[in-house]
Amino acid sequence: MALCYAFIFLPVGVLVLFSFQGGDLPVPPLHGLSLRWYAAAFNDGRLVDGFANSLLVGGVSSALSVFIGFLAAFGLARYEIPGKALLRALIMLPLAVSYLLVGMGLLVSASVLGLGPSLATVIVGHVVINMPLAFAICQAQLGEHQRRIESAARDLGAGTFRVLFGITAPMIAPALIAAFCLCFTLSWDEFLIAYFNTRFQVTLPVVIWDLLRGGLNPETNAAGSFIFLVSISVMAVVEIFLLRRRR
Amino acid sequence: MTHLVVETISKLYGASAALRDVSLTVAGQDYVVLLGPSGSGKTTLLSVIGGFTAPTSGRIHIAGRDVTEVGPAKRPTTTVFQDYALFPHMSVEKNVGYGLKLRRVPAAERALQVGRALEMVGLAGFGRRGIHELSGGQRQRVALARALIVEPQILLLDEPLGALDLNLRRQMQDELLALQRRTGRCFIHVTHDQEEAMALASMIVVMNQGRIEDAGPPARIYARPATRFTANFMGESTEFSGIVEAPGVIGTKVGKLPHEGGAAGAEATVIIRPENIRADGGGAIALGQARITEAVFQGAHYRVLAAAESGQRFNLRMPPAAAPAPGDVLTLSCAEVDLVPV
Repeated sequence: MALCYAFIFLPVGVLVLFSFQGGDLPVPPLHGLSLRWYAAAFNDGRLVDGFANSLLVGGVSSALSVFIGFLAAFGLARYEIPGKALLRALIMLPLAVSYLLVGMGLLVSASVLGLGPSLATVIVGHVVINMPLAFAICQAQLGEHQRRIESAARDLGAGTFRVLFGITAPMIAPALIAAFCLCFTLSWDEFLIAYFNTRFQVTLPVVIWDLLRGGLNPETNAAGSFIFLVSISVMAVVEIFLLRRRR
Repeated sequence: MTHLVVETISKLYGASAALRDVSLTVAGQDYVVLLGPSGSGKTTLLSVIGGFTAPTSGRIHIAGRDVTEVGPAKRPTTTVFQDYALFPHMSVEKNVGYGLKLRRVPAAERALQVGRALEMVGLAGFGRRGIHELSGGQRQRVALARALIVEPQILLLDEPLGALDLNLRRQMQDELLALQRRTGRCFIHVTHDQEEAMALASMIVVMNQGRIEDAGPPARIYARPATRFTANFMGESTEFSGIVEAPGVIGTKVGKLPHEGGAAGAEATVIIRPENIRADGGGAIALGQARITEAVFQGAHYRVLAAAESGQRFNLRMPPAAAPAPGDVLTLSCAEVDLVPV
């Protein structure tokens, strides 16, 4: 068991360790610790642009995923709609479709529509793959107890819009934030869809892939470690919100 | 004054009926308890009155106005839900003030009214607390304050005491009654507990299988139930079954007993409550002799089960001083007025 974990996490550790490499190559021996490659990464225009693009794509696509997922979950949980089970299955379906197909499909659709590859296309792609997740998380939070709370608000005079954004959303806010963070981490290091659907404005994973083609370089280690750090921090936020909810 | 009129309400779910032709008239100051076993339709009826469930047919009138098509937001009713349904992300005062805020009552006036409402339910000074910091009884009071602050014509309570322990339930019963008297509003309360119903109600509505079995003041419902179901649901009794021999008389295992109505030859049953069967020979109507099969001491009285040689069983109460024991033979009698045809 320990060996398995070591096998999985050792490369990550090595990658992070050699991002602090004092020498020129991300391979042993280690020539003292230094932040020079981080400095290099943060001075590299492509990496900084990629970082900004990833932030934009992650933020917008996650917000859209949570918004749409929440509304869909609310609609399906609170209204009598014919073909509910089918609708639910349809919403969850993208989870089962490979990113490869989503990426290619988007590229083809975009070009048929006369739209070139762009960050907007990537955002659409990330909403496609992340919305089912947000939907599932929201759906799990909208039980009978929550329904009665919504009924109480209606009873006191609230309309649907008020119930939705004044009661339901704040009531399940921890789940919404957790869903956002989860979607964000998935979007943050998603490569295939981003690679297929971008050309000049690219996200961070695509930039790093480009750099890697130029050979091993502690700068890519630094960028990779940074991505890792962001993902870990976001997951920590998720944990905190879920834990706080349980208390 | 007539306040709520429920007019031939039916609610069908596919082929099964949750409510069938339910009609009910309630006065403005009534404390109505809808009483019945689970699945009797009492909660559905409450939900229809509150506007949460649309009836399949029938009309609801409140204070002279037909509200059948009116949603819960616009109905002059508010509900205290079974699990209180407080807003978990709001403080106590925000919960209580929510209805006023929706009615655009200015903040200063709102604060004043919220303070008064919290005082009324005994929670003065709790305004800034979070919902999670409250006990079950306190949450119950917040739910009451939140529902009463908007001055509903009718307050609906859905098994409000179900989640509380016995002592707290008794205490809340007293407080509910006091609250209803003080506010002078009509309360409609759903429960499956007949003791709770009798303690609270000015009018009990007994429901079974989507129908109203009986409706009236608790004393009448208990002493002279209209149906056999009501008789059994409201408490223990002894049943005498037989055939109508002549108008006003049925022949039973204990002999001829008076019975109102019924054609000769028809089957008929009269019941009697345990406390009305006398073992001291003082009743006008003789019920014959029976041997005690079981005597259980219950503090204020013995609960006694007895059987006659004819097979007729009796359920009665005896004072502790009588010290009944299994095997003793009793001579039983009762007053004519206590025999109730069902």
